[in-house]
Amino acid sequence: MTMLATIFCPEGGHFALALACALALMQGVLPLAGLRRTDSPLTALARPLALSQCLALLFAWTCLVTASLGNDFSLKLIAETSAINKPWAYKIAGLWGNHEGSLLLWVTLLSLWCAGLALLPGQSAARPEGLPLRLRARLLALLGLVGAGFQLFCLTTSNPFLRLWPVPADGMGMNPLLQDPGLAVHPPLLYSGYVGFAVPFAFAISALLDGRANALWARHMRPWVISAWALLTLGITLGSWWSYSVLGWGGYWFWDPVENAALIPWLTGTALLHSVLVVEKRNLLHVWCLLLAIATFAFSLSGTFLVRSGILNSVHAFANDPARGLFILGLLGLYGGGSLLLFAIRAPALPTPQAGFSPLSRESALLLNNILLCTLCAVVLTGTLYPPFMQLLFGRTLSVGKPFFDATTIPLTLPLLAVMGVSMALPWRQTRADRLLPRLAPALLITAGNILPAFWLFPTPLAALSALLALWVISAALCDLILRLRGLPEGSRQLHRLPRSLWAASLAHVGVGVTILGLCGMAGSQERLIEARPGTHATLTGRDWELTALTAHHGPNYEVVEAHLTIRHHDAHGPVLTELTPEIRLFPRQGQRTLHVAILHRPLEDLYAALGSVKEERDPQGQSHYSAILRLHENPLASWIWLGGIVMALGGGLHLLPSRRRPKPVEGELRSCR
Amino acid sequence: MSASFPLTRRKAGRFWIILACLLCLGGAVGLVLNALSSTIVFFMAPSQVLAHPPTPTRTIRLGGMVVAGSLHTGRASDDTPEARFDVTDGQAAVTVQYRGILPDLFREGQSVVALGRYDGHGFTASEVLAKHDETYMPKEVADALQKSGRWDPRFGPPPNAADWNSMTVPHPDTPPGPGAAP
Repeated sequence: MTMLATIFCPEGGHFALALACALALMQGVLPLAGLRRTDSPLTALARPLALSQCLALLFAWTCLVTASLGNDFSLKLIAETSAINKPWAYKIAGLWGNHEGSLLLWVTLLSLWCAGLALLPGQSAARPEGLPLRLRARLLALLGLVGAGFQLFCLTTSNPFLRLWPVPADGMGMNPLLQDPGLAVHPPLLYSGYVGFAVPFAFAISALLDGRANALWARHMRPWVISAWALLTLGITLGSWWSYSVLGWGGYWFWDPVENAALIPWLTGTALLHSVLVVEKRNLLHVWCLLLAIATFAFSLSGTFLVRSGILNSVHAFANDPARGLFILGLLGLYGGGSLLLFAIRAPALPTPQAGFSPLSRESALLLNNILLCTLCAVVLTGTLYPPFMQLLFGRTLSVGKPFFDATTIPLTLPLLAVMGVSMALPWRQTRADRLLPRLAPALLITAGNILPAFWLFPTPLAALSALLALWVISAALCDLILRLRGLPEGSRQLHRLPRSLWAASLAHVGVGVTILGLCGMAGSQERLIEARPGTHATLTGRDWELTALTAHHGPNYEVVEAHLTIRHHDAHGPVLTELTPEIRLFPRQGQRTLHVAILHRPLEDLYAALGSVKEERDPQGQSHYSAILRLHENPLASWIWLGGIVMALGGGLHLLPSRRRPKPVEGELRSCR
Repeated sequence: MSASFPLTRRKAGRFWIILACLLCLGGAVGLVLNALSSTIVFFMAPSQVLAHPPTPTRTIRLGGMVVAGSLHTGRASDDTPEARFDVTDGQAAVTVQYRGILPDLFREGQSVVALGRYDGHGFTASEVLAKHDETYMPKEVADALQKSGRWDPRFGPPPNAADWNSMTVPHPDTPPGPGAAP
């Protein structure tokens, strides 16, 4: 351990970070200079530079992890967020639960994406469909420039390797709320998604510099968009599940600026995912696609940094650390503003497509999807930015919450779902209504057959309508798969013969439908709040909840109070359904307590119990009685929300699996994009 | 619209696109304006609530300090915990009724924000927020206190809420606490 600690000392990490920054700058400048000539050795430097930058950053992480595991409280970051008795897993996971560590994670993930791009086999005589080498060098250079800026930010204003003097004997400990397995995985996933959109951004900038955005370009870009999108989807799903199961308020989405900051790039990223298909298959919409790629990355950047730096929540965040705020604004202005300027100058010169849109075609449906998704994004953006702007401009304090977002996003999501169902059955180019209707008929029948049950089962007409549309999406995706299978020639009607992209799209659409059904179910959640002594019964939607006992014991760095609940069918004498033990954890070091919710996930509902607090009362004889404040929920279809998110991401993952077939040549001749 | 005139078809296609965009945009603007006018939640201090009572259907955020000694907790007939407390900004106080669990950091004499409706007599809260940190005061509450002239942040932490309604003359010349940094 001491040997390791000597090699991976914080100064080594600090040096590695500085080295990575220099390497990233070289990765950004040298290949771009090399690309100005046709055959320069500088171009080939992009790949080794990207790999060595990644190694340097991984070295820096190792140093930070070594220091954290070795309880080196001479590091400011570790003294502020760790403590001796913290479980070792959280000594690692806790490193990205703060500003400096999460920034280091951000740049490291970017370098990992670069390394992925560098390691992917490029175009060669044996693999003509590979990524052209010059395009790859340009992409790596652009990503190097992005990385260099943020590593400089990390080094100058948010250095995780700063030392502290005098060295404290023990650290201050992590925020107990973050001591949760979900939160250990959530930031890396979410950040990989955010950062992943840097690759499509680099594709867009490269196309603008090149003056060429064609179908082949879109085909090379598509897997990167899909992988970033799938990771972001997983990250958001996990975040939402965390707030449901850890915060203990029974909700799954609070329309909080931090949550919206992830939703906004997800919406534009989803639009990008679909518009890339139109560019690839029909060579249309490429200017729009470029703009979306730039916007998605710009939203990811501002989402990660503006929100965390507190600018959105409070205009005074600048006063706390003016250097940080100004640096971030400068970087955002440079990358976002610079690329938009480049777009404004170069986009009009891009060759315009000659084909058009016919109203009944898949490209029109995808276009409509893009319009609706971007409108949704604009609405969420307005709701998020309105309060800080009102505060800044007029000094009026107000807040925009769930009622606003419900009133604006639901009416826009419903037509989106309707289009989603139709889009799968539409062919590219053109079709006629009399050919389309038979393809949609089975899904329409399924949906129509469920109208009455939906209005009977769901609590509000709006929830029922949304659920019907979700069912429409699911059934349309599945029916389309079956119809296409029957369309295959006799004798080869096996599921694996269908193209994988079709499977992936159907799966992702089914995931959306499942999530929407979950949201509709949650609209009918039932809640009861009781103050109860052991032995008390409460009824909630035809079940009996009994508080049987209150107990206390010790955890590794906290103390626990548990409430033991027994849930029975029907009434107090019914058969036992389950037992739940929600708990309160007290962290003496931080003087904080966290709720630990107990949830029983069932296919059609969640039974959810949270222990709010425990009170001690003394009766006239001087005996103390304990009573607990309990929050009991019955949440219909709750787990479907996150299940759908996972299915969506799986759809993305399925798309990425290598296909056994050679891709068909794209429209026009197959040529390398320089 | 016929396929033999590609240019016309292109124009028709473009027409559909523009129509869809305009419809979407118009719909979104309408939705946003409608939602902003009805669902926005304004922050109000107790003196503002008493001076300009909001309509009883309107949700507001009431913020201030919990008056010391004003908290009464009880239990409703269906075992739901209930709480009643007064919130003041130093000029006026409003009584808040709340059915639910008070947050852990809810304390008498500390800042609080309650989300709910004012019916002309009392405030019925649907949510009570006390932020994570004992020394932290919600920015809105701090601003309201400064506006009401009860607290100058240059002179240390806010005064105890219990004294406020008895405080008659603020003493800007004699700082109440030893020179705390802003």
